[in-house]
Amino acid sequence: MNEKHLLLKKLYQQFTAEIVRPIAGYIDEEEVFPVETVKEMVNAQMMGIPYPVKYGGSGADTLAYVLAVEELSKACATTGVILSAHTSLGAHPIYAYGTEEQKQKYLVPLNKGEKLGAFALTEPNAGTDAAGQKTTAILKDGYYEITGSKIFITNAGYADIYIIFAMTDITKGTKGITAFILEKDMPGFTIGKKEKKLGIRGSSTCELMFDRVKVPVENRLGAEGKGFGIAMTTLDGGRIGIAAQALGIAQGALDEVVAYTKSRKQFNRSISQFQNTQFKLADMATQIEAARCLVYKAANAKDTQKNFSTEAAMAKLFASETAMNVTTMAVQLYGGYGYTREYPVERMMRDAKITEIYEGTSEVQRMVISASVLR
Amino acid sequence: MKIVVLMKQVPNTTEMLIDKETGTLIRTGVDSIMNPDDTSALEAALKIKQSNGAEVIVITMGPPQAANMLRECYGRGVDHAILISDPAFAGADTWATSNTLAAAIKRVQPDLIFAGRQAIDGDTAQVGPQVAERLNIPQITYVSKIVEVTSDSIVVKKHYEDFDETLKVSFPCLLTTLEQLDHLRFMNVTSAWQAFDKPIETVNNQVLMLDAKDIGLKGSPTQVRKTFTRPVSSEVKLIHGGSDEAVKAILSTLAPYIQ
Repeated sequence: MNEKHLLLKKLYQQFTAEIVRPIAGYIDEEEVFPVETVKEMVNAQMMGIPYPVKYGGSGADTLAYVLAVEELSKACATTGVILSAHTSLGAHPIYAYGTEEQKQKYLVPLNKGEKLGAFALTEPNAGTDAAGQKTTAILKDGYYEITGSKIFITNAGYADIYIIFAMTDITKGTKGITAFILEKDMPGFTIGKKEKKLGIRGSSTCELMFDRVKVPVENRLGAEGKGFGIAMTTLDGGRIGIAAQALGIAQGALDEVVAYTKSRKQFNRSISQFQNTQFKLADMATQIEAARCLVYKAANAKDTQKNFSTEAAMAKLFASETAMNVTTMAVQLYGGYGYTREYPVERMMRDAKITEIYEGTSEVQRMVISASVLR
Repeated sequence: MKIVVLMKQVPNTTEMLIDKETGTLIRTGVDSIMNPDDTSALEAALKIKQSNGAEVIVITMGPPQAANMLRECYGRGVDHAILISDPAFAGADTWATSNTLAAAIKRVQPDLIFAGRQAIDGDTAQVGPQVAERLNIPQITYVSKIVEVTSDSIVVKKHYEDFDETLKVSFPCLLTTLEQLDHLRFMNVTSAWQAFDKPIETVNNQVLMLDAKDIGLKGSPTQVRKTFTRPVSSEVKLIHGGSDEAVKAILSTLAPYIQ
């Protein structure tokens, strides 16, 4: 981390304190998408952090972006994932695989925050087994006709630009998958039911439905049959964002519980004076620091290495499990109060769980890591 | 249009240590922030830049670490930052400070100068007005609202305790702002990322060439003999009796203080 990162961290901290933290409990309780927060993020030019200035981005690096997700997630994991899905999943495929025309038309408004991005791979019967895609894209007179559906799509309903995956050749398995850029207003493209979730309840997670959506050929992202590779490398990057979200949740919970255990008195002294509390805090702080090292290392690897799958998988695996451990311990140290919605740690515990599931479950991360170890 | 914003980095605490020799604040090792009144001055300048087009130049006088605050100003879209720093300027009171600032401002020739009303470390509210006097330009203090900006003048509201005045003043002029005038924007990622690529112009006394008797501690007519928190001592007098006696006792105690 250099002086530039430290200055950005100050920006993110001020932003989180003023804009994000005050409404974190409310957007969870009421399941409200924080539209105003996103507008403020646009004003602070947080929507294209790691992309070049010539494409409307900030020209910073992956670590600069990761720090944003981390700081936001310390107070509100919902806000963290909105930024992560937009940046890592919505914008990245266009930046990495788009034509110059596609970059001008879609990446620039995404980076400027004029448009919000989303990414749609998962289907009801194609989760970890992404090859089981049922959505099809049939080429007809200069258009692809896309039919099918996607589920669990973050930012759905609020996003304007969607990267979606469909089978252009159903007989070829993963080699028959192609990526497309869809706009929310394309006829036949509708947003389905909104999921009611355990955590990150302010984020919008919906079904997408495609009923013979006519998508111009120029909206195909990359070549036919290259969609699976695009999805996998995009998710490698996305995992660093989610790892940063998990790291933020964990640090946020530790910050809360440190303050609480100092002020909470039992048996005539603050509970931070008991060795049980001290040892728990020590374990939490150590796990978080280890997670931070992995997350920052993965961010650096993305900028400097051709392949960073293993680093990203390790960062996400360890940071998400750290988030779950730390938030669970935090609730325990709070005792009964921690179980109530008066205090933020139960929300953090609910929010932490998703980081072990989306953008590849912990089991998928272990598959990625072991494949690298056994190679 | 060229706008200068005078800003100060101040200690972010009330528990300050005081140098017993000089009677001035010890700043090293204390967390520093932008002076609150100055934040509204900066925001006002940036808003005018957006609406009317202007070059915004921030000037601060302080130790080398004040450069950190100037980086944050770059992060908010300031065009140029000047750090007036020289051991010869250290320990200056408002007289020596305004003398130094005015000399630096003369090199820039701005149309409009903003300063915060006062700094939370000294609370004098003297530097802004003194700078205007030394530059021989009009000034409006306690600005709470910017009403209108043209190419050669500005209309503002000046806030008093119980009323406001709307005043128009021609450029060049100096305005001191209240914190309530505006809320300083966040830095933006793009500008903050580039903040270290921009130069901070450092101005020392080899540049300003001011006479040693007019700057720093030696050029300061205000010599702080001692700075301390006055202990509040209160005498307690118990009055026994009913409400009539109590009222009488209170009135007779207060009487000498009421005209």
